[in-house]
Amino acid sequence: MSTENTSPSAGQAATSLDKAPAPVDAPAAADGAVTAVDPRLLVREQGFGGYLAEFKRKIRAGDLGSIPVVLGLLIICVVFQSLNSNFLSAENLSNISVAMVGTGMIATGIVFVLLLGEIDLSVGSVSGVSGALFAVLSVTHGVNDWLALVIAIAGGALIGAIHGFFFARIGAPAFAVTLAGLLFWLGFMLQLLGDSGTINLPADSVVAKLTTYYFTDVAAAYGLALVAVVVFFVTSFLDSRRREAAGVPSRPLSEIVLRTAVLAVVAFAAAIMFNQYKGLPLALVIFLAVLVITDFVLRRTTYGRKIFALGGSVEASRRAGINVTLIRISVYSIAGTFAAVGGLFIASKIAAANQGAGTGDLLMNAIAAAVIGGTSLFGGRGRTWNALLGVMVITSIQYGLALQGIATPIVYMITGGVLLATVVIDSITRKTQKTAGRA
Amino acid sequence: MPDGTTSAAVPRTVPPHRVAGSLRSLLLDLRASPRRGIPAGQAAKEMVHVTATPVLALRGVSKRFGAVQALTDVELEVHSGEVVALVGDNGAGKSTLVKTIAGVHPIDDGVIEWEGRPVSITRPHDAQTLGIATVYQDLALCDNIDVVGNLFLGRELRSWGVLNEVEMERRSRELLTTLSIRIPSVRIPIASLSGGQRQTVAIARSMLGEPKLVILDEPTAALGVEQTAQVLDLVERLRERGLAVLLISHNMADVKAVADKVAVLRLGSNNGVFDVASTSQEEIIAAITGATDNAVTRRQSRTVEVQK
Repeated sequence: MSTENTSPSAGQAATSLDKAPAPVDAPAAADGAVTAVDPRLLVREQGFGGYLAEFKRKIRAGDLGSIPVVLGLLIICVVFQSLNSNFLSAENLSNISVAMVGTGMIATGIVFVLLLGEIDLSVGSVSGVSGALFAVLSVTHGVNDWLALVIAIAGGALIGAIHGFFFARIGAPAFAVTLAGLLFWLGFMLQLLGDSGTINLPADSVVAKLTTYYFTDVAAAYGLALVAVVVFFVTSFLDSRRREAAGVPSRPLSEIVLRTAVLAVVAFAAAIMFNQYKGLPLALVIFLAVLVITDFVLRRTTYGRKIFALGGSVEASRRAGINVTLIRISVYSIAGTFAAVGGLFIASKIAAANQGAGTGDLLMNAIAAAVIGGTSLFGGRGRTWNALLGVMVITSIQYGLALQGIATPIVYMITGGVLLATVVIDSITRKTQKTAGRA
Repeated sequence: MPDGTTSAAVPRTVPPHRVAGSLRSLLLDLRASPRRGIPAGQAAKEMVHVTATPVLALRGVSKRFGAVQALTDVELEVHSGEVVALVGDNGAGKSTLVKTIAGVHPIDDGVIEWEGRPVSITRPHDAQTLGIATVYQDLALCDNIDVVGNLFLGRELRSWGVLNEVEMERRSRELLTTLSIRIPSVRIPIASLSGGQRQTVAIARSMLGEPKLVILDEPTAALGVEQTAQVLDLVERLRERGLAVLLISHNMADVKAVADKVAVLRLGSNNGVFDVASTSQEEIIAAITGATDNAVTRRQSRTVEVQK
């Protein structure tokens, strides 16, 4: 190693170098490099035209987002309305929006798990345990309703954390762990319910009110719609202004106005519809609040970013210093929590905790809702709003077919067909995305 | 064992104006130096000697895995503003050496000196704290997250607990512009980028921690001609910013293009440190393959010893 024979003068040079700050920009190195822009680069133009061009390019590249499911919903509405004019009645739509909340809550938890690229098969049974736990505590043992509610939900979180522990810490496949959970918690629920098999919830219990309470004042529905529209516009506008101030590309005002207008039309149409029947359902308000909060957590917090990172590449996440085990356990705990919440809504809908809770097609419907809504089964892609869209599709089909008096076997077959169609769309768009370099 | 550096270590006089100048101006000076009649080799040597204390120095580092002696008494020095290429055949111990520096495998024997004082690096975190950034061969990026998200993955900027996307995006653009990295948008997922662009993003990401030493593990291994050129440009820019760079590569053309020194590993121990400008590619390859270790060279070295 000849580097040891350094002269004192060179040492001096080193000190002078240390004092000289590293150049912040490298104009010498950059000259000629920055000016020559690769003509193949797709640069999004500012303004509304740029937004439209970007949108078209995304569609062509197979980045369909929520478009297939929105189209699907429209088709469902048209078909069932032509078959039975009661389908789009305020009563039917209001009932659908209350009935979907239980499955929708479970699907929200499933979205979290799917973002990791994993699966949770136990959510159906866990939802049953939660309903049974509440009924046993509240009705049989006379525990305070609110305390029983908290215990039931905390129980779901704990059960989810146990699954997460076996998956993340022990390293057992999530599929097998949650399959075991499906059986175990089903047995646990049956054990809890005991010989009677069914515990009826009194109409004045907190859980029963979850799906029976409506804000009858017309101002409630309109007020909520107005608040949603205003908050959306203001946050979008402020965000855009902040981006402009920081000199990074921002959304043009025209785009914000367009988005706000679409939201306003949907929100006020829904408000008018609810007010024609019993008013704004409490269940839907809770569901929407959960969706807003979870969406915020996933997209605007470090925790959410870590979940997406894990869904993209576990190794990259680990190297970035993310505690993979902790995130995985917490995500399964979230799935368990939402399963428990969903279980309470389902128990509320039938005003009882019975042996059939959490069985049958509930699990499949919850997973299907998440996937139909546009959450990728391959991880790292999706939003909790997908759960809302997906569960709307599934519940609409169920209610539409029930209006026609079509029996359960046909309902199963049609729901299965819709799920297959969704997965096919997901796979095809993924292929298109790959060829377009966006997967 | 021929030591390329010894042969190149000609007595030299350092012009005072050059000593006083910053490394940056010195580098620019050197670019133009052949015209002033300074041999390229000597010019490169001056660059090597600009800093007295190496940023990183390995002294007699050894590492053993069970029955395998992966590294034996390895010596290595990397200075600020210097690109040192680490070359060697498959199984020569390059990756092991890098992992000892990065804290993945703690060393069994020897000393790692950081800016002149001995340090112990037992975890990747230790290395990061010292200012060592490692860009691994398999890219540590998440395909589904956009460029900004990947650059700040694990060290997101927050305001009131919420991700500060605007500031992260602004800083990302600044960083990418500084490094002259050109990508279509900082808001597209990594999946949309070409291999070369991904590699440059990975390297840019290592810069966010403001490291003093950047280790690049075969950064051009899977890249095409243009992408390789981009990455090599980036390596030069890192050097111009006064960083020490340890570059692992199998590609002699890349090494000749950007490195100042070449450290050759063979069977887990040093097989010479060469000055790139004054050494031919054949000599380096001979050191890598061990072609120099034959009867003729052994006899030569014996005669030298006898003469002493």
